[in-house]
This record gives sequence, C-alpha cells and structure tokens, in this order.
Amino acid sequence: MSASDKPVLEVRDLNVSYSQRDIRSTVVHGVSFSVNAGEVVALVGESGSGKTSTAQAVIGLLAENGRIESGAIVLNGEDISRWSNARLRNIRGAVVSLVPQDPGNSLNPVATIGEQVREILSIHGRISRREADRRVIELLTHVGLSEPELRAKQYPHELSGGMKQRVLIAIAIALRPALIIADEPTSALDVTVQRRILDLIDDLRRQYGTAVLLVTHDLGVAADRSDKIIVLQGGRIQEQGKTADVLAAPQSAYTRKLLSDAPSLAAAKPRAPIEPGRPAALTISNLVQDFNLPSGKTFRAVDDISFTVPRGTTHAVVGESGSGKTTTIRAIAGFQKPTGGQIRIGDFDVGSLNSKDLRQFRRKVQLVYQNPWASLDPRQTVRAIIEEPLLNFEPVAREERDRRVAAIADRVGLPTTLLSRLPHALSGGQRQRVAIARALVLEPEVVVLDEAVSALDVTVQAQILDLLAELQRDLGLTYVFVSHDLAVVRQIADTVSVLHNGRQVDYGTVEQVFSAASSDYTRELIDAIPGAKFPHADISRHAFSAGPLS
Amino acid sequence: MTTADTFSDLDTGKRSKRAGTSRSLASILLNFPYGLALAWLVIATVLLWTLVPGLFTAYDPLQGVPGGQLKAPSAAHLLGTDSLGRDLFSRIVHGAVHSLSGAIAAVGVGLVVGTGLGLFAGSVRGRVDEIIMRFVDVLLSIPTLLLSLSIIILLGFGTINAAIAVGATAIAGFARLMRSEVVRVRNAEFVEAAFGSGGTFGKVLWRHILPNSLTSVVAYTAVQFGWAILQISTLGFLGYGAPPPTPEWGLLIAEGRNYLATAWWLTAAPGLVVVAVVLSANRISQSIGKTNGRSA
Repeated sequence: MSASDKPVLEVRDLNVSYSQRDIRSTVVHGVSFSVNAGEVVALVGESGSGKTSTAQAVIGLLAENGRIESGAIVLNGEDISRWSNARLRNIRGAVVSLVPQDPGNSLNPVATIGEQVREILSIHGRISRREADRRVIELLTHVGLSEPELRAKQYPHELSGGMKQRVLIAIAIALRPALIIADEPTSALDVTVQRRILDLIDDLRRQYGTAVLLVTHDLGVAADRSDKIIVLQGGRIQEQGKTADVLAAPQSAYTRKLLSDAPSLAAAKPRAPIEPGRPAALTISNLVQDFNLPSGKTFRAVDDISFTVPRGTTHAVVGESGSGKTTTIRAIAGFQKPTGGQIRIGDFDVGSLNSKDLRQFRRKVQLVYQNPWASLDPRQTVRAIIEEPLLNFEPVAREERDRRVAAIADRVGLPTTLLSRLPHALSGGQRQRVAIARALVLEPEVVVLDEAVSALDVTVQAQILDLLAELQRDLGLTYVFVSHDLAVVRQIADTVSVLHNGRQVDYGTVEQVFSAASSDYTRELIDAIPGAKFPHADISRHAFSAGPLS
Repeated sequence: MTTADTFSDLDTGKRSKRAGTSRSLASILLNFPYGLALAWLVIATVLLWTLVPGLFTAYDPLQGVPGGQLKAPSAAHLLGTDSLGRDLFSRIVHGAVHSLSGAIAAVGVGLVVGTGLGLFAGSVRGRVDEIIMRFVDVLLSIPTLLLSLSIIILLGFGTINAAIAVGATAIAGFARLMRSEVVRVRNAEFVEAAFGSGGTFGKVLWRHILPNSLTSVVAYTAVQFGWAILQISTLGFLGYGAPPPTPEWGLLIAEGRNYLATAWWLTAAPGLVVVAVVLSANRISQSIGKTNGRSA
C-alpha cells in the first residue's frame, strides 16, 4: 500500500446521536480510526451497530434528526465535522464520494445514465458539453460496462442491478475523490456479480490510490477486500487492526463470535453421509414451468428439473436471481400447477390436486418465507399467527390449541411473554422464529425454506440455522432449502441442486458438488464465495448430521 | 436472545418509546394539536345538538313568534330570527339531527356498498373484477350532483331518499379505494402464508385482507362524512331534500337567501356551521390517516 504519512481521513472520538421526539439517543460512542491513501478499511458490524451512521457522518449526510455530538472528522487535514451543508457540498463528490447501498433506488428513474454521470461533472466545475460527453463514455468504459455509448442513452430500468451499481461507481469516481465510502455496495447483488463489483472497486483503488471506507455486514467480504478492519458493536469499536491480524487472532469475544458465525469463514465440517435406503420424502421428476408473457409468448422459468430428497435430510436449491429457484419451490408448495413433470410428496401428486386435497396437502408441506417483515400479518399477535393453521382444519379445543401454541413457541425458543406482542415489536430473528413456529404447528413432513436466513444478521442467522438443524434432528423434518449463499448451503445441506437460467446444472451431494462440480457455472459460484483469502478462522462450528428417521 | 437480537430490540424500542418523564409542560403545550382538539370539539357539540337539542335552546324551531320577524342577533335571539319569527339558533340546533343523520345514512350506503364491491372485485380478480370496476368507472364519470338529482327524481323527495342519493355517489370512491387496498394486501406474503397454512378463501379474506385494508378506508370515511353533509345541504338548498318547515341546514340557507341584503345572518350562520363541520371532519380524517401511516 502506498500509505503516506498523513491519513486521508481521520476520525477522532466521534459521537453521533439521533433524536426521537424529545429523547436523544447516542448511537456512535467515541469512535476513532484513520484511513490512509490507497487503503481499504472495512467497517464491520451488525444492524444497529452504528456503522452506517459513522459513514454518513463522515460525508455529512446524517438523517435530519441525527447530529454529531462531539469529535473531529479530519479529511485531508481539515476538520469538517462542524462545516455547514453548503461548504460540505463542495467536497462531496470531489474529495469524498459515496457508493450507496441499493442500486435499485439510487438512480433517478427519469434521467438517462449519461445525464446522471454528466451531472456530477458539471456540478463541480465548468465543462463543455462535448468534453463532458467524452468523459461520461470514458467513465462508463472504465467501470466495465459493455457498449457505453448505448448505456449512456438508456434509463436505469433498462439496466440490471450489477450494471446500475457500476454506474453508481462511475459517478463516485468521476472526480477522482481521495476517499470513497462504499455503504454495503454489494449486499443487494448476486454473489458472482458481487465479486465482479468488488474486483472493480479494488482495481480502481489500485489505479488512483483512492482510499476506500467499506461498510459491510459480511465478514467474508471484509476479510477478502480490506487492509484494515474495524469491528463495531452497539456504536463502540470492539476491535480494530490489520485484517490478517484480526482474523488470525481476534482479541475481543464479540469478534470471535462474529467469526465463528460467519458461514463463509468458518470451516464447515462435512455432515454425516446419508445412509442408502432412506425412503424419499419428496421426488421431483422433469419439472417444467412456463409462464405466459403479456406479449403472448411463453417464458420457460424452470426447464426439466429432477431431484429426490430422502426423508430427514436437507436438499439445497442454489441459484442467482432469475435462476428459477423460487418458481421451483412455489410449485413444490402447491402455489403453482407445473406445466410438465411430476412432484410427489408422500401420497400426493402435487400437480393434480383439487382445491380440497390441496388444503389437506398443506398439512404436509409448509413454506417459510425470506422476509420475516412481510410474511407476518402486522395486525395479529404472535399467538394468533402461530395458532392460525390449527383453525383451518378440524376443530381443536381452545385449551388444546393454547397448549400446542405454547409448546411450539417453546420449541423454537420464543419466550412466552412474546406471545401477546405484535410482530413490529419483535426483532428479525424473533420474527423468523415465529414464522418457523407457524410452519411447524401443523407438524408437517416437508418444510420449504425460501432464503429463510438471508435477511438476518450473521449471529442471528447462525442461531436460526442451529435451530433448524436441531428441529430436523428431533422431529425428523425434511428441508428444501433455497439459497443464493453457497457458504450456508455447505454448512447445512446434504444434497444440492444448482440452477442456472431455469436449468439444473449440477446435482449431487454437497461433497460431490463442492469438490468436483460438473459445470463451469457452479465452479464460478463456489469461487465467488467471499472469505476465500482466509479459508478457516481457527474456530469452527460444530457440524450437524441428518435427522433421524421417524 | 443474543446480541444481535438485542440490537434490533433496541432499535424498535427506540422507535416506540414514548417520551415519558422527560417531557416538560412547555413542550406539551407547544406540541398539543389545537386544531385537532377544536375539530373534535365541533363534532362533539354538533352530536350533542342532535341528541339533546333542548339543552342548548328553549325556543321551538317550528313555531314563530308573531311580531318578532327578521330580528337581528341579540341576547334574546343569539342568531336573530327568520321571516316567520322563528329563532335561527334553535333551528340550526334542531336541524343538526336531519343533516347529520342524512350524512351518516349516506356514508353508510357508500361505505357498505362501495367497500363490499371493492373487496369482492379486489379479491376475486379476473372477469368479475373487470365488470365491477367498469361499472364503477361509469358511476365516476357522471357528475355527482346530476347523479344524485336523477336518483331523487326516481325515488321521490325526502330526507332518506336524499341520503340514499348522496350515498350512491360515494359508492364509486369507496369501491376504488377498497379495491386498491385489497390488491395491495392480497399480494403481501402473509396472505400467501395464510393460504399456505390451509386457510380457505373466506377465512383469509376475513382474517387478513379485510382488517389490513380498512385503515385508509376509515380515514376516507371521515372525509366523506363532511362531504356528505355538504351534498345533503346542497340538495336541501335546491329543494330536493327535506321539505319545509324542516330545519335542515341547506334549507335554512335557501330560505335565508331572499333576505341576504337585510338579514345576512340567516344565510351566513347555517353556512358557517356547515363549513365548520366539514372542515372538522377533514381534519379528523387527516389525523386518522397520519396515525395509521405511522403505525404501519
């Protein structure tokens, strides 16, 4: 690294607070760190750790009710923490710039890409139209967009998520700032796209010597890409130091916990192999699903997929957005009639069920959704949510219902006191536990988990995965686990299908697929798992074995 | 739970925490929603007028005092008297029951029929939805006054018929709003989850779709209430509402307009009462919309 003597950014004893009505609560407590030129510093923490607030304070973009209480933010030798907005505006983009989190919402939908990149050039200095156009094309080429002339004339909705993030990076680097703040730049992207975007940021840093403050919740990403790592918890720095040092010998207990919970860093112990001869809980043969497009054509979302899941085991369906994995599991859960092929679960042939049989079938197969914020009715108490499936079938006496709700809540680790609360008073992990309890209260045989841990913080994710493994062991459940995160899959699945553009490109046991993938695409996916630079932090998680036959 | 769970707990806790002890008297006075309190006061007063009009005025609303015609407001007659010597304040107080019950009946018709249509259309979708919503479009395309006048001519004059006529014009608005809410809620994951746990269509509709769709409909109902009072008064003014000598507010305005030059209070007073009630209803509706927005 070309570290000069004077750091680009130095934050000293920063305190940030937010006001809620009449209360001010401090969310960043005495945070100090520095970023040198050409260095990538990762700010790592879970939601609520104050990492985003810290980053926003640096660029002077705290929310309206936020305030820097004390401390100094020294950018290129000048303390900007007390600057007015008008003064800050002169340095935003020119000296420090931001790559925002969500590429979908961060571009103006009614302006072309070219206009939006040109805007940053014209704000910070007079530049002729022709010169600006030339620079725009140059920048778009630089961030690796194909056909930059065409892209400059397109609108954001015509670009994919990864392309939009490239445009945002082009805007961020347009004026060659000394510091780029990247706030979760790849969280919303597929893993292979994520890798390319991070490579791009890396290349640009090397070329221009720009410093990067990388805000991320993903320790794997931080491990791969940063020189220094700062671990935040509850607005306080738990630990900071050279990335290699922190990962090799974490000093704080919290960092150790984060490391052991991060699926991409923990060395996965292989699960015990499935003994042959287990009866199949779920068999899918040659599943095909077409959708009618408004244009009158049909779109084949799923093309000839087959797999078998033995009872009490976990089958993972892996793929990126648009790969057909959601379509597959919706067909399994009986929300769509397949166009072709057969899905057999127990005695049911899912494709040929009438609406009456379909309801009986629901007792056997339950779906847990990705987003615990959307899958629970905001107006019902936790008790009512968990109880609801019991009301849909033959009447169960009230006391019996209460008993079963309490039992299942206890089983998934929900304290009884939470039963009378509404979902908005629960944390993400608790909500997902409620969703799991609702799925299990009917005692199903197959549980389909649609990215069930993707929206959760890593320690919560680890707890939910532990819970799922425990439930499988005790109740003999069969899981179909949909995920884009191969690191998680390696940890909990027995068999795996890799989908790409609706086709099954790989199928086999996790061992087989991870060690000898048959398709290039699968190998690319495996390579893109972040954290490869540090294959195992020396703390490894205990492995799970398949559940018993019941 | 563990660390991470506690964080998010903190987060939600912060949001829902009410400023308790630290809130000073000054900030209570400063933040008190005076406008909203006034709006509730107006509505409460008018409701009391309908329930116990005798408490507010001793005069008979229908029986005039001979020789006391067109008196200016005074201590004896707060708002003066009309051309037949009847106390205007008494007529306004006693008229509240006609205007209010008319408005409630009208909103009731619009609410029940409109939300029913919207709920059905939004949850069934497909061709039925198309037919219902095109019918609603037709209703929307007819000017409201023209529509209510035609209905009154079909049904005949009278307070109830006027209410039905006004209610019919409100159906379209309720149906559109309800349908859009239902469509929004229907696509929510928790609704699919409810079907996924074996719920029948009717059960899911009743347990999830209806309660989650109603919030903005309730706010809209309050707006419609004010608007219905205005419409009923309009019909009364035009002579299509309650027949004289009923002290209906629109009729009061109409009767007073002949004396605008000499006794302006005869039109101004009932007019201002209508304005106050309509504005209050709007203000209350706004506050309902806001709290719902916050809790959602």
